Amino acid sequence: MPETTPAPRLIDARGSFCPGPLMEMIRAIREAQVGDLLTVRSSDKGSKIDIPKWVEKAGHRLISVESLEGYDEITIQKTH
Amino acid sequence: MQRILILGGGVGGTLTANLVARKLKKQIERGEAEVTVVDLTGTHTYQPGFMYIAMGGERAEKLQRPERSLLDSNVRLVVGEVERVDEATRMVELKDGQRLLYDQLVLATGSRIVLEAIPHFVEEAHHFYTAEAALRLRKALDEFKGGKIVVGIAGMPYKCPPAPLEVTFLVEAELRERGLRDKSEIHFCSPIGRAFTIESVSEMATPILEQKGIELHTFFNVDAIDPQKKVVQSLEGEELPYDLLILVPPHKGAQFLMDSGLAPAPGGWLPTDRNTLQVGGRSNVYALGDATDLPLSKAGSTAHFEAPIVAERVAAAVRGREPKTKEANYTGKVMCFFEIGDGKGTLLQFDYDHPPKPPKPNRVWHLGKIVFNKTYWHTVPRGRV
Repeated sequence: MPETTPAPRLIDARGSFCPGPLMEMIRAIREAQVGDLLTVRSSDKGSKIDIPKWVEKAGHRLISVESLEGYDEITIQKTH
Repeated sequence: MQRILILGGGVGGTLTANLVARKLKKQIERGEAEVTVVDLTGTHTYQPGFMYIAMGGERAEKLQRPERSLLDSNVRLVVGEVERVDEATRMVELKDGQRLLYDQLVLATGSRIVLEAIPHFVEEAHHFYTAEAALRLRKALDEFKGGKIVVGIAGMPYKCPPAPLEVTFLVEAELRERGLRDKSEIHFCSPIGRAFTIESVSEMATPILEQKGIELHTFFNVDAIDPQKKVVQSLEGEELPYDLLILVPPHKGAQFLMDSGLAPAPGGWLPTDRNTLQVGGRSNVYALGDATDLPLSKAGSTAHFEAPIVAERVAAAVRGREPKTKEANYTGKVMCFFEIGDGKGTLLQFDYDHPPKPPKPNRVWHLGKIVFNKTYWHTVPRGRV
């Protein structure tokens, strides 16, 4: 049987100004298991800079950053 | 008979009940509809006032009123603790054995603090999320003679995102007034890469932090406390020593929502449609306020602006009509006052499509918050604003 990667958990934080997409992602990562993938959708232009910065500082893995119509989609993996 | 059952007598539950009772006055009086609120204590508490017990001479007894006194006379109040929701039989069972049937269910069950999620929180950290804890913090501040104060956030999401920054500003102002500022360090730990989540507010707050000599630690999500070393550790691998530790505790949704399969563990937040406020695609179950998983401030203001949407949808369902589009879709509206200290404040107002543009801090918005706190009982729960 080939190994399958589970679909990332989607956090739709579009329109989140308070508490904000990064806070939503930190909330999700606290609740996630090691190895889980999380995808955050954000309409806040700062997220594609802020989220990778936090991921690096906290020692998790940045998988992808994609710019889509009106929002960005950032996927990360919890590593510890 | 259409039975509307509302779980929770906070801002969201109380206001929804009163608005539904108003919309369905004739149906209730004819015995065709019934609105019931179930509340754990039967006492309505104005939680934003807790911070002022610690910081502003507020008294706990002033922050409570009997829930009955805030409800429309056509709303029935049941005091009791919910054990479970049985969706198959549309029934809510209370711990005392009462069983309440529903056709429309509104979940306004709020959030609860879970101090035990962080070992040593109870004995080492102060907070201001209950009246008792706020009073203990007040005593600790009274006894404080100088040292290191650390303010941080020990869980996400939490009620009232501006509160920790507001407390930091208010503590700093108090230490200055008491002549203790020179003997004290104040550290503010922000979970993100700047002082506050909203960039414009952060741009406004950061120079104030600098000017007040408050040290800002970014990307610092409190994760653990070491009581021997008297240090607080972050999720990101840093640590800070403290003499007085003030932390926002971890929050969760109501346990029975997880036990009944309505909300996923471990957070217990209800999967809620951002516009209709329906839970998990169910046509007759709604959530509002802190209980939802929406990416919005957990604040009374959120519940306040969500309640009319739920009320319109519930009333329309009972009357067998389509909900009025404009009144039945939540746009993400939230409005909060924000204390800066030294008698100044600002206002955060936003929705899903419009970020906040806070005005320059001034006395007006500080006074606005004070007036709102005092007049709350006569305005919000009764649907007058």
